[in-house]
Formats: sequence, structure tokens, C-alpha cells
Amino acid sequence: MNKLTWLDKQILNILQKEFPLSEKPYEEIALRLNISENEVLQRIKELKDNGIIRRIGAVMESKKLGFYSTLCACKVPEDRIAKVALVINNEKGVTHNYIRDHYYNLWFTLTVSSAESADKIIKNIEQELHIDIKSMPALKVYKIKVLFEMGETDAL
Amino acid sequence: MLYDKIDLEIIKLLQKEIPLESRPYLRLAEQLGISEAEIVRRIKVMKDKGVIRRFGATLNHRKAGFTINAMVGWKVDLSIADQAGSIMASFNEVSHCYLRDVPKEFGYSMFTMIHTYSEEKLGEIIQKISNGTGIDDFKVIRTIKELKKTSMVYY
Repeated sequence: MNKLTWLDKQILNILQKEFPLSEKPYEEIALRLNISENEVLQRIKELKDNGIIRRIGAVMESKKLGFYSTLCACKVPEDRIAKVALVINNEKGVTHNYIRDHYYNLWFTLTVSSAESADKIIKNIEQELHIDIKSMPALKVYKIKVLFEMGETDAL
Repeated sequence: MLYDKIDLEIIKLLQKEIPLESRPYLRLAEQLGISEAEIVRRIKVMKDKGVIRRFGATLNHRKAGFTINAMVGWKVDLSIADQAGSIMASFNEVSHCYLRDVPKEFGYSMFTMIHTYSEEKLGEIIQKISNGTGIDDFKVIRTIKELKKTSMVYY
């Protein structure tokens, strides 16, 4: 990874925290950083091309859209993980799926239109793959803030 | 009403990418046949109502330097869950903190996602959380491999 410059970090912080809602958002960022709009566009393009920025868009609040989400965990024999993951990942509502170092070694998130729909999908996967899935829906959310403040430490 | 049909069309577009050009909202507005001012106004309203949780860039945190990412499960007594949750949430390095309905045999019902740049720092944060909440039964559950990571496409 190329080391990020001070300017890159400033741009990343603004893009994450306060993407302007004005006619020319990139020009507004440029004015704040005292550079040209073209330079901002160019820097962002590079940050996207090298994969540091995944996406610039909206993150929706699934609950407010009426959706239900849950974290699922299961124990899958090592030699079956690839096949099991393929089936799970194929599900549209599965957004994250990780192998983790725990007795339950496969963890995925499922976001769908209702709790009933989640139960049905989980049951189908269990039957198709002969695995036992533990669904762990949130009872309370204390924080969701996926925001990475850049430049707080020298390491970044 | 939290959102209407036009908002839904806007959500569909914003789930993808905001164009990287001088007047991105104008471009999006043209696709929907509404004015630039109208789309900006509607995005603001959805943000204020919390339908849009966050508006802007999502980073690949590993590539951005946050190389140590751990899920930590905490065995919390329900009577102190709120107090513990707010202490955990107060840490900058904690991105998610949820109390979950977990199977008894698992038991770690409070989940935190911690992102930082060194193992040493991770250990420090966990120790601080443990000291602050008084919870000493916890489990660090690390990612071995990412098999899927996408943004949810609702519509």
C-alpha cells in the first residue's frame, strides 16, 4: 500500500463524515482544502482505483426501511467450508461472511424483509447443507459508526 | 411517512455510487426526471430522519491502515448491559456494539467490533474496556478469511 499523504487523509475524513450536499460537492471540498476541484476528483479517483475507498454513496438504516437483520454462526467441517460458503454467499441478503477462529467457524450477516423470511432462509440453508445455524439477532444497538478517522496516529 | 416512491428511486441510486464529477446530484436528478435542488432536499430529509444512516465514503479499512480487526464477545450480566454498552460505545476504536440474543452454550451476548493498527493497541483497548465495565470473561474472535463483504442492496 502506498503511504497516504496528509491531503489524502483530509479528503478521506471529509468524504466519510460530511460529504457536502451542495450543487458542487467536490468543489466545496476543494475550497476547504485550498486545492482545485480537479485535484480533488483526481485524488478520489486514485483512492478508489487502489481500493482504499470502497464506495461513495448512502448507507441505509435497515430498520427504518422495515428490514430485519441477524448475525449467524455455524460449525462447518474444514473440508466443506468452500461449498457451504458458496451456498450462503449466494443469498442476496448475506452481506458479510467470514471464517473465524472459534468453535463456530463461519459467521455471516443476513438482512431480509422480515424475521419470518430470515427463519425460512436459515432453515433452507440448514436442510440443504445439513448444518446447524445459530441466529443471534440484536436485542439492543449501542453503536454503529463505521467511520475511520484518519491521521490520529503516526501508524496510519 | 418516512419515504415515498421518489425517495425509493433515490435510494436505489444511492445504494450504488455517487458520480465522480462536478455536479453529481444533477446527473442523478436527470436520471429520475426531478430537479437538482429536489434530489438534494430529499437526501437531506432522509438523512435527518435517519433513513440514510451515513452519506459519503465507505473505506476498505484494512487498506486504509486499520489492519487489526477483531470481534470481541463479552459475557455480560443483563442488569449492567446498558451501562457496559455505553462504556464500550465510547471507544473510538469500537465501530459496532450490540447486545444479541445468543445461545446459552455460547454465552457471549455483547459484541464489539474493534479496529486498530497493532496487536498491542488491541490488547490495550480490550483491557481498558474490561477495567471500565468490570467484565473479565470475554472472547476475541478473529477473522481468518473474508468470504463476502458487500453493501446491502435493499431494492
